[in-house]
Amino acid sequence: MEFAQLVLGGVAGGCIYGLVALGFVLIYKATESVNFAQGDLMMLGAFVTFQFVNVSQWGMPFWVGVPLAVVVMAVVGYLMEALIIRRLFGQPQFAVVILTIAIGFVLRFIAGLIWGHEPLNLETPFAGKNLNFLGLAIGVDEVFVIGVTLVLTVALYIFFARTKLGMAMQASSQNQLAAYYMGVPVKRVHGLVWALSGGIATVAGVLFAARGSIDPNLGLLGIKAFAAAVIGGFGSLPGALAGGLIVGLAEPFAGRYLPAGYSQIAPYAIMLVVLVARPNGLFAQIQSKKV
Amino acid sequence: MRIHQKTSYDDDINLFEDRRQAFWYALLVAFAVALPFLISEYHLGEFINLLIWALAGMGLMVLAGHTGQASLGHAAFLACGAYMEAWLNGKGVPFLISLPLAGLFAGIVGAVIAIPALRMSGIYLAIATLAMGIVAEDVIVLLEPVTGGISGTYVGSINLFGLEIDRYANPTNFYWLCLAVVIIVTFGYANLLRSSTGRSLVAIRDSEVSARAMGINVERTKTLAFFLSCLVTGLAGGLMAHYIVSFNYEAFVITVSIQMLLMIVVGGMGSIHGAFFGAAVVAFLPQIITAIRQQITYTAVAGLDTGIFAALLVAIIIVEPMGVYGRWLKMKAWVQLFPLARRDMFRRQKSYLKTERMR
Repeated sequence: MEFAQLVLGGVAGGCIYGLVALGFVLIYKATESVNFAQGDLMMLGAFVTFQFVNVSQWGMPFWVGVPLAVVVMAVVGYLMEALIIRRLFGQPQFAVVILTIAIGFVLRFIAGLIWGHEPLNLETPFAGKNLNFLGLAIGVDEVFVIGVTLVLTVALYIFFARTKLGMAMQASSQNQLAAYYMGVPVKRVHGLVWALSGGIATVAGVLFAARGSIDPNLGLLGIKAFAAAVIGGFGSLPGALAGGLIVGLAEPFAGRYLPAGYSQIAPYAIMLVVLVARPNGLFAQIQSKKV
Repeated sequence: MRIHQKTSYDDDINLFEDRRQAFWYALLVAFAVALPFLISEYHLGEFINLLIWALAGMGLMVLAGHTGQASLGHAAFLACGAYMEAWLNGKGVPFLISLPLAGLFAGIVGAVIAIPALRMSGIYLAIATLAMGIVAEDVIVLLEPVTGGISGTYVGSINLFGLEIDRYANPTNFYWLCLAVVIIVTFGYANLLRSSTGRSLVAIRDSEVSARAMGINVERTKTLAFFLSCLVTGLAGGLMAHYIVSFNYEAFVITVSIQMLLMIVVGGMGSIHGAFFGAAVVAFLPQIITAIRQQITYTAVAGLDTGIFAALLVAIIIVEPMGVYGRWLKMKAWVQLFPLARRDMFRRQKSYLKTERMR
């Protein structure tokens, strides 16, 4: 029973890592740059939702506040790309890495200014409710987290594989110039990818807030999501989710069976092992060019 | 405008362009040596801070700026140096042996870490080093017998040939000690860049494939870069231990690593000057911000320093990707060429990104 409980908690936690990792992978897939501020976008998304939904703030109904927050954060993501990241268009990847790290710090500072540094709780309709299933106490929040993640992943997979915009995103990722020649408005596509990624970050933030409290340093969770993305292999959507699940499952089990002090290393240890053994991740997309 | 007529191949690799440049650097060193007589002890402490950060920055610069291998976990090597120095100091090892040993230890750890890191590049390397930096925090806590765990450790004063050097009792001596280390390392670094090893580092940064084609042993050179980088960072860690006296793992958390990288980007990637300019920003910006804030309000604002530093960095990357030093070079060129400078002189060629997934 304890085992099943750990698995459930791990899967729910893993889904959140998976969603943040999905945000990284989306941007990486489409723009070939890594957004180190993804965790901070998630934090900001959670806070915006908090501002909309909580009774002490604006007190909107949950199902109105969340979509609104997703839209707001999508706009924030688009503006970030259009106003800042786009200026580095065509410069080395490394510059964007540094830039997004800095943006992450700025976002954390802004959130701290507005909402303070104390942990806050988002009011959700399913907080503290439990379902009984075969003697397992399943939190409604856990079911919610897992369900939303599944739906979102399938939707994104179809988006990238079937729709015109999804194909355009893939094309602009593989060769900007060639994509441009084929009539893809590369810059606008990049902006849309960032918007999408901002929206997903918000969903991840809400899911996280449904299971715990939020504070401006929440963004550091992004580092664990990195581990997830790397384990899955950057550039693979199912990989990101699988990586998230691996990290999510590793955490409660390491906490349960490893001595104190070793457990929090587990996700990174797995990631380092994967990096050494299969430097391109478990679901690698990198192919060697034949010369 | 000065015109250099080169009459031998040495002119290209001489340490100083000409006598005039050598004179200015000599003047700078003389000024640095005389500094304790010019300012108060409190401000001297800030300059010690600057020197240590500059040393750490130079360490990272070898790797990130000249070899093109971004490390987001360099605070781990700072910690290696600091704890080794504290431990050796506690055992009564003389400083002249313990500091190089601390650096060497960090360097060897770095070289060992380079072995898996050789297989990665770009973004993967950055994330791997980031993870390593986080793991290092926990390792420090776990190695309690040496590091003192969560409560941390303490490092005594330095005894150099009977001369007592302590950060609080006689900061002037400690300043000169740091200055000496920094000058030696800077001299060594400048010379490294003139050597074939230094040129092969830069070749690897610019294109690994062409470096290999030119006959450079990429694996060995990268490992060497890791070793040298971590060695210098370890030295900085050793000095930092004496500077902050008592410390625990919190002095080497992941944000310190990130700040180190941001520091050299602000200063200017790929130049020794950049490390110093970046260190100056890191050392003095908090003081300036506090001074300005106190004009407005006396209540402290949490995270103000990092927030402004990060915002400044965003501005610098967009406006001046080569950092403070890049701007300095442009202004110098403008003055030297006056009135002949053209606007497009430093224009960068636009490049289009191709995926790294197909290699």
